[in-house]
Amino acid sequence: MAQAAAVAKPPAPPRRRRASATPRRLPYLLIAPAALLMLGFIAYPVISVFYYSLQNYNPTKPWRNGYAGVGNFTHAFTQDPQFWDTLTFSAKWVVVEVGLQLLFGLALALIVNQTFAGRAFGRALVFSPWAVSGVLTSAIWVLLYNSQTGITRYLADAGIGSYGTSWLSDTSTVFSAAVVADLWRGVPFFAILILADLQSVSKDLYEAAEVDGASRVRQFLHITLPHLKDAIILSTLLRAVWEFNNVDLLYTLTGGGPAGETTTLPLYIANTSVDAHNFGYASALTTVAFVILLFCSIVYLRLSKFGGGDK
Amino acid sequence: MITKDAGTIAPAAPAPPVEVPRPRERKKHRAWDEVPRWHIYLPLGIYLLFTLIPFYWILLFALRPAGSTSLVPWPMTLEHFDKVWTERSFGIYFQNSVLIAVATLVMTTLVALAGGYALARFDFRIKRGFMLALLCSQFVPGALLLVPLFQIFAELRMINSLASVIIAETVFQLPLSMILISGFIRNVPYSLEEAAWVDGCNRFDAFRIVVLPLLRPGLIAVGSFAFVHAWNHFLFALMFLSDQSKQTIPVGLNTLMSSDSVDLGALAAGGIIAAVPVVVVFAFIQKWLITGFSAGAVKG
Repeated sequence: MAQAAAVAKPPAPPRRRRASATPRRLPYLLIAPAALLMLGFIAYPVISVFYYSLQNYNPTKPWRNGYAGVGNFTHAFTQDPQFWDTLTFSAKWVVVEVGLQLLFGLALALIVNQTFAGRAFGRALVFSPWAVSGVLTSAIWVLLYNSQTGITRYLADAGIGSYGTSWLSDTSTVFSAAVVADLWRGVPFFAILILADLQSVSKDLYEAAEVDGASRVRQFLHITLPHLKDAIILSTLLRAVWEFNNVDLLYTLTGGGPAGETTTLPLYIANTSVDAHNFGYASALTTVAFVILLFCSIVYLRLSKFGGGDK
Repeated sequence: MITKDAGTIAPAAPAPPVEVPRPRERKKHRAWDEVPRWHIYLPLGIYLLFTLIPFYWILLFALRPAGSTSLVPWPMTLEHFDKVWTERSFGIYFQNSVLIAVATLVMTTLVALAGGYALARFDFRIKRGFMLALLCSQFVPGALLLVPLFQIFAELRMINSLASVIIAETVFQLPLSMILISGFIRNVPYSLEEAAWVDGCNRFDAFRIVVLPLLRPGLIAVGSFAFVHAWNHFLFALMFLSDQSKQTIPVGLNTLMSSDSVDLGALAAGGIIAAVPVVVVFAFIQKWLITGFSAGAVKG
């Protein structure tokens, strides 16, 4: 949402009322530390990824190193079914996670935006998983899904399901199991951002709508939702990119398994570079991932008419 | 709205006359606020169950003796904590994690504050390009840059030094933090600073005395973000710190999980140790977080 302000509105025009107070070099000095850090540790690595994507580069097989042209890319698109599998799984994962997180997050934000007894405490409780790491989330859900002492055992005690069920090692349940675990942590992110944005809806609008006899549903559709539009677009986009890139949870919860069933493209890339030492090919896959992300983001912003319309 | 009114108006005695006719009117005019209670409590309760059962589960495993299948942590034991803190070196991991998280918080906030101020208050030639770079960097996943980053840190002889993780965490926190902080600064009227200059402050003093106090909620939000991220993040520490005495809590948790026979009690106790600092920070800053974000999001 801050980006909303940053993107949508050109920054305040410069006002140099006192020349002595605004030496020309000051802004450059101020952004220098950030710019240097980002040049050295983001821009340079990105450029080196682009460079290596055109190379055969594998430290364990130095005799094959050298310029590869687009060889890595043609290999990915034509001869590597794992690339397509992991890309498809990534897309499925992102769409399902972001969609459900938005839905539940929005509902949750609307609920805790009401006035009720114990609101502050209730908010603190429902938001608390936000602060929990991917690895800790995995640890918690490993305990819950554990086939011996996990929740299935007690469900089986109560006559639901059977003993020894392990949702994480069954290919038919592992996806839902991982989705639920990630939802647990992801919903509060949306709820917090949407709740923050709800604070700036003018109460007068609702009161005016009341006077006109608009129902609560119509108030939601015509006042709340349009107001939240930019925040929703931006938070879904940021979250989608984040869900696409984040490997903490799946790496530790399922390790991409069983049988590669939950391997996302970034997990596949990490395996290719770290375990198989195939840096050149991993770099090409990374480049493809960048391009896909960038393309999808631009299309999404265009289609959703971000920043336009109601303003 | 209603309870808020009651809460704030009740102690202030001088306003009662207007209050009398209100309650009846409200029923008609404030339907938005008069959502039936069960519309709130029922879904909230269900969601709370979903949120809290996992927390309860990990507490249960951490506190009940090994081998127990009881659903209440009684008799209670701290054996798992003892074990994980000393035998599994979580004591050392904890120190490392605190160091990384605090250093990341300080560096991110300072660097982002400087850059955010420049973006909010100046117009300079590369500003648009710089803003664009900040936004684009949101799409650059740290996870995909592991190999080149590893090479850079190896070149700088920083592998196995906490500094590598601190720098990497800071760098990836910076763009968003800077964008947020410049938004917060933009919300502070420039005229306040100008007034301070007229009173004889230099630019830095004016900023420190006038602007900085107003940025408090925003800075708390940004700083706590940086802290929590650095505390939680796993991949950089896993890759750049191979020495066991340098590792962090998330890496320790992963080690516990990936061993052949997982010690569930130790895992749960380790998880509690991992959760406590962030949950405490979070409970403390929760209020500022909402105001911080909404302040940063004020439009137009």
